[in-house]
Amino acid sequence: MGQIQLKQVTKSFGETQVIPPLDLTIHDGEFTVFVGPSGCGKSTLLRLIAGLEDITTGHIEIDGTDATDLVPAKRGLAMVFQSYALYPHMSVRKNIAFPLRMAKMEQAEIDQRVNAAAEVLNLADYIDRRPGQLSGGQRQRVAIGRAIVREPSAFLFDEPLSNLDAALRVGMRMEISELHKKLETTMIYVTHDQVEAMTMADKIVVLQAGVIEQVGSPLELYRTPRNKFVAGFIGSPKMNFIEGEEAAKHNAHTIGFRPEHIDVVESGGMWQGTVGVAEHLGSDTFFHIHNTGLGETMTVRAIGDVSLKHGDTIHLSPRVEEVHKFNAEGLRIE
Amino acid sequence: MATKASRSAARIMMAPAVILLLGWMLVPLIMTLWFSFRTYLPLRGGDQGWTGFDNYVRFVTSSAFWPAVQTTLVIVLGVLIITVALGVLLSMLLDQPMWGQGVVRILVIAPFFVMPTVSALVWKNMFMDPVNGVFAHLWRFFGAEPVSWLSDASLPSIIMIVSWQWLPFATLILLTAIQSLDSEQLEAAEMDGAPHLKRFWFIVLPHLSRAITIVILIQTIFLLAIFAEIFVTTGGAFGTRTLSYLIYQRVLESQNIGLGSAGGVYAIILANIVAIFLMRIVGKNLDN
Repeated sequence: MGQIQLKQVTKSFGETQVIPPLDLTIHDGEFTVFVGPSGCGKSTLLRLIAGLEDITTGHIEIDGTDATDLVPAKRGLAMVFQSYALYPHMSVRKNIAFPLRMAKMEQAEIDQRVNAAAEVLNLADYIDRRPGQLSGGQRQRVAIGRAIVREPSAFLFDEPLSNLDAALRVGMRMEISELHKKLETTMIYVTHDQVEAMTMADKIVVLQAGVIEQVGSPLELYRTPRNKFVAGFIGSPKMNFIEGEEAAKHNAHTIGFRPEHIDVVESGGMWQGTVGVAEHLGSDTFFHIHNTGLGETMTVRAIGDVSLKHGDTIHLSPRVEEVHKFNAEGLRIE
Repeated sequence: MATKASRSAARIMMAPAVILLLGWMLVPLIMTLWFSFRTYLPLRGGDQGWTGFDNYVRFVTSSAFWPAVQTTLVIVLGVLIITVALGVLLSMLLDQPMWGQGVVRILVIAPFFVMPTVSALVWKNMFMDPVNGVFAHLWRFFGAEPVSWLSDASLPSIIMIVSWQWLPFATLILLTAIQSLDSEQLEAAEMDGAPHLKRFWFIVLPHLSRAITIVILIQTIFLLAIFAEIFVTTGGAFGTRTLSYLIYQRVLESQNIGLGSAGGVYAIILANIVAIFLMRIVGKNLDN
């Protein structure tokens, strides 16, 4: 079990309210990702759920019982921290066993659980080493191990991959996703990286300044962003926004096209411009285009290697059916 | 220090300081060794030539020697226990956010700025005086008989004075150590179900072990040589004669430089034994 419900939760530090009244339900077994730019309150929200911060007003319910005033240890949640927060003077085995020892469990039971966790996470090779002797990825595994031995009702991850290098991050992303499939436990994952959010989540919660902008599955958010902020935040590279005359043709204040929804054509496209920076990735090419007469720099994705260079003129043909339209308040219009 | 040229340049530039420091240490050390093998009584015939190991034998066989060693060790151990225990508590208190933190921290460090002679005199006359001392007034207020601290409880009194002087040092080092503790570790332990005391025992104390080691090592070096506190309070009476005080008495009160020098050599040996001992026990903490 692991259903978490936030009811009218607010959080203030002194005079400043960082989280205005907020309602959110996380269902049992769901992989929920809190995503947003730094300082949007996503980590604070996670710490409120964990009990590491007291909520100012409102209620938190875990599995239907009020957990607002429960101490962290009694909430049945396990957390993986950004810095991993391993205990440096204890071996990996002792680190993982620590929560069980604190729960005064029998030694035999502890050994059995630690070994099981070590097996799942492939830690057996370095179980008697100290955290200082491990690489970033290994530490990450130990931190996850320490969380899973407690068999919590939900896992909380606070930007767990931000200290890893890019290759390792992709690997750990998969491992965490697989772990979720295996354990089928509720997981709440905080990140500022929308790629992590898109690839891992069952449900994404997009936050800005403590306010939930939209909640939905990754593809829902990609296809029907509720407002300009979500549209710009989800998807990489960023959506191109166009205002003014061009938008007026669609009866909107602002229109948006994702870079992958604008085709590069030989000639006669709807728009044209000069190539600024061209990023050749082999599989794709990203063009940053100036002088389109549509305002800001535009980003366009072309499939494969397109041999246009800096300064070349480029012809563009947007797929009109993929347009996103927004009104003056930045809200989506259908 | 990458190239040969920069390495030799560094050596040349360090040489004056190294030579000066080495000379500063070696000259007194060699002179002590030299005098310890001679009969040297400044007021009774001056330097009277070699005596072999006579001074060494006399110094150890004197009835004052073993009590002095014992007193020295009791004071060192007592002060270490008090300063480390209170230092850990105080540093944790000072780490808490509070109003007037800066001022409080300076006040806590203040005793370290007071010269040993001055602080010992202040303690002796203002606190421990059996007639007019603050403690005497306090005792009388509760209807008790004032204690003659420096004669009836001489060793505890000295330990108290020295601990007061060294507590700021311990607190300061432990405070910087405690500030470097990652708060996420404490939060992780909290989530793992460790209550306050267990978090202290399993997280904070191991984190401080290195700093405690440093405090113990440095304090031991200085505490083995405390002198002023004894000189101005008891003058070595009432069982407060430490090894360094005994040496002082031999040289200046008995006017026997040879005998005092032999005592000095014993003090060096004792300090080294203690140092090796400490390194063995706590030095391991410095490695990881």
